[in-house]
Amino acid sequence: MGDGRLEIDAVSKRFGDVVALREMSFDVRAGELFGFVGSNGAGKTTTMRIALGVLAADSGEVRFDGQPVTLETRRLIGYMPEERGLYPKMKVGEQLVYLARLHGLSNGDATRSMVEWTERLGVDGRRDDDVQNLSLGNQQRVQLAAALVHNPSILVLDEPFSGLDPLAVEVMSKVLLDKASEGIPVVFSSHQLELVERLCHRVGIIRSGQMVANGTVDELRASGTTEIVVDAPGAPVGWADRLNGVTVRSHDGVRTVLALGDGVDDQAVLAAALATGPVTEFSRRRQSLTELYRNVVTQEETV
Amino acid sequence: MNAPRGDVRLGSWEAVSLVAGREVRTKLRSKAFIVTTAATLLLLVGFALVMKLISGGSDATIGVTQQTATLAKPLEAAAGAVGENIDTVTVSEQDGRSQVADESIDALVVGNSGGELRVVVKKDLDDKLRNALNVLAGQLALNQEIVDLGGDPAQVNEAVADATVSVEPLEEPFPYDGQQLVLGAVAGILIYMSLLLNGQMVAQGVVEEKSSRVVELLLSTIRPSQLMAGKVVGIGFVGLVQMIVIGGVGVAAAIAFDVLTISISTAVGTVIWLIVWYILGFLMYSLLFAGLAALVSRQEDVGGVISPALMFVIVGYILGISVLPSDPDNALVGALSIIPVFAPTLMPMRLAMGGVPGWEAALSVALVAVLIPVLVWLAGRIYANAVMRSGARVRLRDALRTA
Repeated sequence: MGDGRLEIDAVSKRFGDVVALREMSFDVRAGELFGFVGSNGAGKTTTMRIALGVLAADSGEVRFDGQPVTLETRRLIGYMPEERGLYPKMKVGEQLVYLARLHGLSNGDATRSMVEWTERLGVDGRRDDDVQNLSLGNQQRVQLAAALVHNPSILVLDEPFSGLDPLAVEVMSKVLLDKASEGIPVVFSSHQLELVERLCHRVGIIRSGQMVANGTVDELRASGTTEIVVDAPGAPVGWADRLNGVTVRSHDGVRTVLALGDGVDDQAVLAAALATGPVTEFSRRRQSLTELYRNVVTQEETV
Repeated sequence: MNAPRGDVRLGSWEAVSLVAGREVRTKLRSKAFIVTTAATLLLLVGFALVMKLISGGSDATIGVTQQTATLAKPLEAAAGAVGENIDTVTVSEQDGRSQVADESIDALVVGNSGGELRVVVKKDLDDKLRNALNVLAGQLALNQEIVDLGGDPAQVNEAVADATVSVEPLEEPFPYDGQQLVLGAVAGILIYMSLLLNGQMVAQGVVEEKSSRVVELLLSTIRPSQLMAGKVVGIGFVGLVQMIVIGGVGVAAAIAFDVLTISISTAVGTVIWLIVWYILGFLMYSLLFAGLAALVSRQEDVGGVISPALMFVIVGYILGISVLPSDPDNALVGALSIIPVFAPTLMPMRLAMGGVPGWEAALSVALVAVLIPVLVWLAGRIYANAVMRSGARVRLRDALRTA
């Protein structure tokens, strides 16, 4: 109670015979930026739509601050749908004020907020233009302003970075970090894993409608296989083949990449390497989120 | 930042009025709306003016000289008998001839000798005027014969005038007034145009939100029913104001130009019935249109999906406008006008023409009033289930099932 968390609790959804979500569970803490990754059709958009009440779940619950999300609390959520949508023939300023008012702001507050966000996102010069006359990049900025204009207490953004130029990516990143630092939970989905790794406090990887990995990037690394890079110029080919619990991932000239099984002592590996002659490099490889993601998804597929 | 937010709870009424307010502003700003309203007003006022020029005043002015001055009254009466409305002026023969020449009078009666009328005209005599003068000439000849036979022409004429056929109707017919028949036709055109334009506007608005996908953003904060209700109320309200302005200006112009000589209360009654039926008809059809339009995702598919419902409006109107002005008592149209799907176009026409039994008017209103809540439920269900499904056309059967 009162911790300002957004909780998705065992949410399931079927479309006819297709299971879209199977007991999907995760939480986004207040002040946290949560990255939601998964392949196309894994269920990211469905999860977000259910959180927004645009879609009804078959079972499970979405809670905010300990309370189930209702139509009233849903107005606290700032939402950027994957399928961008604004009235094409309505002026930018007017449209943002309208959306803010639909979220319960008074006319004065809505106008002030519209002015502030259009300035912050650099579209203040386009307030009197119809949305359809804006460039795609500017439409995207207006779309973000639409998610922020009612000063939401939760942010749910579906692919906010797709189609943005590098400068706009920076603006968007800064806004999301600022909002999180104000103490609100921010969740967004993205296929740009480097960006997710750089920005997010925690990451959730979903596959076939289920959360398969969830935690900080370091936690995900810890749960994955440890990889060690050994550079032993004098070692013969196949030097590591007989080591217990060790598999050779790749062998590139003098560099060997090894994967260590659970409970294998890396110092034993180092000793074995030193036995072949000098060792010029012996390091734990920090897997990128991209690699972690690939491992998690392919592991699941082979199971 | 982090400005303290006010009460975020948005009442149902507020949500609907916000949506409706947007619709009203958008519509009032639309060029198409301003142009159609102005054009309709101009047409109506112009129509009233033309009617005044055609029917008002006299059809012809006939001059009589001192010698033929006694013929002025019989001439007007004879002209009246053949449906001509004429004025007579008494002038000297010389002045009369010059007035005929400059066309300030149509003809000058210069002499009457024993049943022969002598008339001066510029080139030739208008057929209707010739008829009137022939009737008068015949009358004069007859009078001469009666005098010659020793009778009194006045007495004979009186006796002839009194001899009429006595008709005994088995059913009292309603005395339809020509003006009210015209009024009915105009009412029919107005309500048809209004239902057609505003109803389609609702359908297009629904698809606009769906095709631009703004609907996902809207439905994350308000209910589908609130969005649909706001749209119908907003567009309907503007249409209503438009109808009141057009109906009011039209009737006022007609009365001001003396084209309408029916009582003010009949005229006001017609406008009120028009408004009542506009509201009922608009609610009925626009709900239907909104539900059906939610099934498709592209503007070009709107026409196809609402056409079955639109057919009822068109069929009702065409039946009414082609049958009622010549046969306001038509039994088939009378029966159809009570059936809800046809009532909004047919009933206001019949009501404007007059002679609708009170129970028929009440029954048709009651049936539509009962149907509307059913349509609210039905359209709301179709709309809520279909409006988020973009892409291919949603089948009606699927939309009626649960989401």
